[in-house]
Amino acid sequence: MATLEIHDLHVTVEADNATKEILKGVDLTVKQGETHAIMGPNGSGKSTLAYSLAGHPKYTITGGTVTLDGEDVLEMSVDERARAGLFLAMQYPVEIPGVSVSNFLRTSATAVRGEAPKLRTWVKEVREAMERLNMDPAFAERNVNEGFSGGEKKRHEILQLELLKPKIAILDETDSGLDVDALRVVSEGVNRVREGGEVGTLLITHYTRILRYIKPDFVHVFSAGRIVESGGAELADKLENEGYEAYTKGGVSA
Amino acid sequence: MAEAQNIPVGSTTAGQIAVAAESTVATRMSAPPSFDVADFPVPHGREEEWRFTPLERLRGLHDGTAVVTGDGVSVEIEAPEGVTVETVGRDDARLGTAGTPVDRVAAQAYSAFEKAGVITVPKETVLTEPIRIAVRGQGGTSYGHQVIELGAFAEAVVVIDHTGDAVLAANVDYVLGDGAKLTVVSVQDWDDKAVHVAQHNALIGRDATFKSVVVTFGGDLVRLHPRVAYAGTGGEAELFGLYFTDAGQHQEHRLLVDHNVPHCKSNVVYKGALQGESAHAVWIGDVLIEAKAEGTDTYEMNRNLVLTDGARVDSVPNLEIETGEIVGAGHASATGRFDDEQLFYLMARGIPADEARRLVVRGFFAELVQQIGVADLQERLLVRIDEELEASV
Repeated sequence: MATLEIHDLHVTVEADNATKEILKGVDLTVKQGETHAIMGPNGSGKSTLAYSLAGHPKYTITGGTVTLDGEDVLEMSVDERARAGLFLAMQYPVEIPGVSVSNFLRTSATAVRGEAPKLRTWVKEVREAMERLNMDPAFAERNVNEGFSGGEKKRHEILQLELLKPKIAILDETDSGLDVDALRVVSEGVNRVREGGEVGTLLITHYTRILRYIKPDFVHVFSAGRIVESGGAELADKLENEGYEAYTKGGVSA
Repeated sequence: MAEAQNIPVGSTTAGQIAVAAESTVATRMSAPPSFDVADFPVPHGREEEWRFTPLERLRGLHDGTAVVTGDGVSVEIEAPEGVTVETVGRDDARLGTAGTPVDRVAAQAYSAFEKAGVITVPKETVLTEPIRIAVRGQGGTSYGHQVIELGAFAEAVVVIDHTGDAVLAANVDYVLGDGAKLTVVSVQDWDDKAVHVAQHNALIGRDATFKSVVVTFGGDLVRLHPRVAYAGTGGEAELFGLYFTDAGQHQEHRLLVDHNVPHCKSNVVYKGALQGESAHAVWIGDVLIEAKAEGTDTYEMNRNLVLTDGARVDSVPNLEIETGEIVGAGHASATGRFDDEQLFYLMARGIPADEARRLVVRGFFAELVQQIGVADLQERLLVRIDEELEASV
């Protein structure tokens, strides 16, 4: 069973000619089939956790360990992490000029699966996945993220999630900027992948709204670079009613 | 003339992009066209037509100090049956009929060449195989002149392939008779030290179709000046270009389409990729629609993809319109960067870094390469693009 283990993770970033510690000892274990929601106020380090796990070069790991099924994730390059089964759905996916969605998806699937998918089944697989996300087939011929609306970008991220079938999916504020209809479509996509029971999900969000569609098994409150409280789905209800104030006031403001 | 403005692209600091809007095409040159080099002052570098070119790397082509050596270039021509291939003296009446040198180096080439090549495709002759011209640099300095003339309703594809090392200045004339169809592919696949400056003049006959494909990979300095004018109504010009500018290279393409006749079309698409420290690409796209050129339909576009820090693009589209009675006129210029965030995104989907770069560059050029229409050449270009990318890492 796939397991992502994060132990005492410390991460810094260079900003304004100074080194700033963002993550200050994160401990978290995500197992296949589980859904963990990480909630916290802006600036608490949630996205830093997501990007550090994916290996973004902007972040420096200064301490701690991350393993996927015992393999040292921190030793892997970004593409190796993806091929090992880590997936990050990004909050702000970038435009890739000159690369069509269909070419991108196929190249990516070939890399992650270790062999090129058979063309006939692949075309069908992509078409059906796009239909489930209410995406127009013409979408496949557009350049990656070029001119996409906010909702289209997020659907495209979830489309990749469905096609690449990772062991661990990290969803970084996938709900941000979506209207209710788009949120529902995107959440249904995530749920379809979860129902397979083969993915561990780390759902990073500022709002409780998405948790009405995607039910977490665990909720963690993130503040000032670490997890300050963990609980079940009921913890989200508490945050909904009381906000983050209890965790930020008097806390270290990083 | 509008002021050049810098448009920041992406979030990193590399690459500079200058895009100037309309300026006055006809009045920007520092001297009127002439076949005589003495009519042009030696450029100092601040002239509009020279301001992007590093004069000190022209090896004396611009100031009269580049002396012809015996080992300049060798020229081999492979032509299908029915084509006439001649070497002629300076006084041949067919030379210089498609256009007049517009700058000092082109005039220098015209004043200094000893023998010219003339290739003629007789009227109504339709070639099924390309004419191939192999220009091989032998390390020396050379001035050249080549004429390619198609009679009425003749059809031909010409591939001019430049390789090796040389300092070469040349003029090439394309003369298209009425209804003729000519595709010319000029490949600059020079060694690293080569310097190549050339003016290409196309004179397009009534209802004739001219397609120019300029492909520049090599050289220390390449400066090409493809120009088009029309001899009758109904002419069409397509000017395609592809360049891959590496560290230290200066590759400059300056185009002019002179809509001097009513009811003609032109379409210009140039795309370039750049990588490495001090890679410098310059694209100047001048389109002039003269007052008498009613019914003109023209579009020009330049796209650049900056792959690494330290590269510079100057892209200047100019459209000068003297009549409102036209079908259409437009231009576009855009420079984008393949940056760390794009690389991260692709790698986060399992794609290794070198493949990510290849994916982006191949995608960027694919549409243009498909327009060439010479199968073996298309394949070779894609291979060369991959080689350029591999050399970068």
